[in-house]
Amino acid sequence: MAFLDPTARAIVNGLQGGFPLTPRPFRDAGRDLGLSEDELIEGIGALVDSGTLSRFGPLWNAEQIGGAVCLAAMAVPAERFEAVAEQVNAHPEIAHNYERAHQLNMWFVVSADDPRRINQVIADIEQETGLKVHAMPKAREFFVGFRVEV
Amino acid sequence: MLDAIDRRLIAATQQGLPLVREPYRELAGRLGLDEAEIIARLKRLLDDGAIRRIGAIPNHYALGFTANGMSVWDVADELVAEIGARVGALDFVTHCYERPRHLPLWPYNLFAMVHGRSSDEVHSKVGEIAALIGPAACSHDVLFSTRILKKTGLRIAA
Repeated sequence: MAFLDPTARAIVNGLQGGFPLTPRPFRDAGRDLGLSEDELIEGIGALVDSGTLSRFGPLWNAEQIGGAVCLAAMAVPAERFEAVAEQVNAHPEIAHNYERAHQLNMWFVVSADDPRRINQVIADIEQETGLKVHAMPKAREFFVGFRVEV
Repeated sequence: MLDAIDRRLIAATQQGLPLVREPYRELAGRLGLDEAEIIARLKRLLDDGAIRRIGAIPNHYALGFTANGMSVWDVADELVAEIGARVGALDFVTHCYERPRHLPLWPYNLFAMVHGRSSDEVHSKVGEIAALIGPAACSHDVLFSTRILKKTGLRIAA
């Protein structure tokens, strides 16, 4: 893990939300963090360049901006795992795919602008692999107050 | 609903805000709009939930949160709303959803993602969730990711 100096720590811990919508937002946010406008801009730039932050800006809610997202899981026989991962990942609609330690050992997220496309991709994967895809669309989302503390 | 300008704003910011003193003015210049309109649109999108939040988006892995456990719980349907709200409010839960069961293979209907610096830390946090839920959960499990097979960002065309 990268060593974080006090400035970096203040940014990561203090600025995971609530960035001001004002003409000089870095100046205004910096005031609360005890940093000057330019220190904050440089500090954020360094954290983005080092990969400590994925980016700095709006976190868009994929579904609310017109896309549809669905989690899905498959039980893939061990000897076919790599080949099936390739078949699944070949679909551009697969945003994330994780191997997990369970009988359902492949978990992926299908995302598309059109919700009907999700069902089509799932049907295509079932056809290509001959394996059942268990769709797990969210029935309800609970608010999370998560903040990474470093 | 989003209009064409909102979609251009999404495309222009999905890699982040310009790191300059007046980022909204900079965006306005790129999109041919007023700064005030950029600010008003971002505020509306935030209020509507299209933007979850604006700020630093940490890379969990780079920060040492390398263990990621998907805890899954079999909770009575009539209790899942109340319990889900309490589990989501825990400060170490990054996502919390109700999802359909797939019986008999998959009896779980509540998903709570837990990130930690080690699998021990994740297990201990899952223990805290178990204590919070108590007997309302018939069973639970934790699925650790053993490998990232694919990971791409959000792709929105302008």
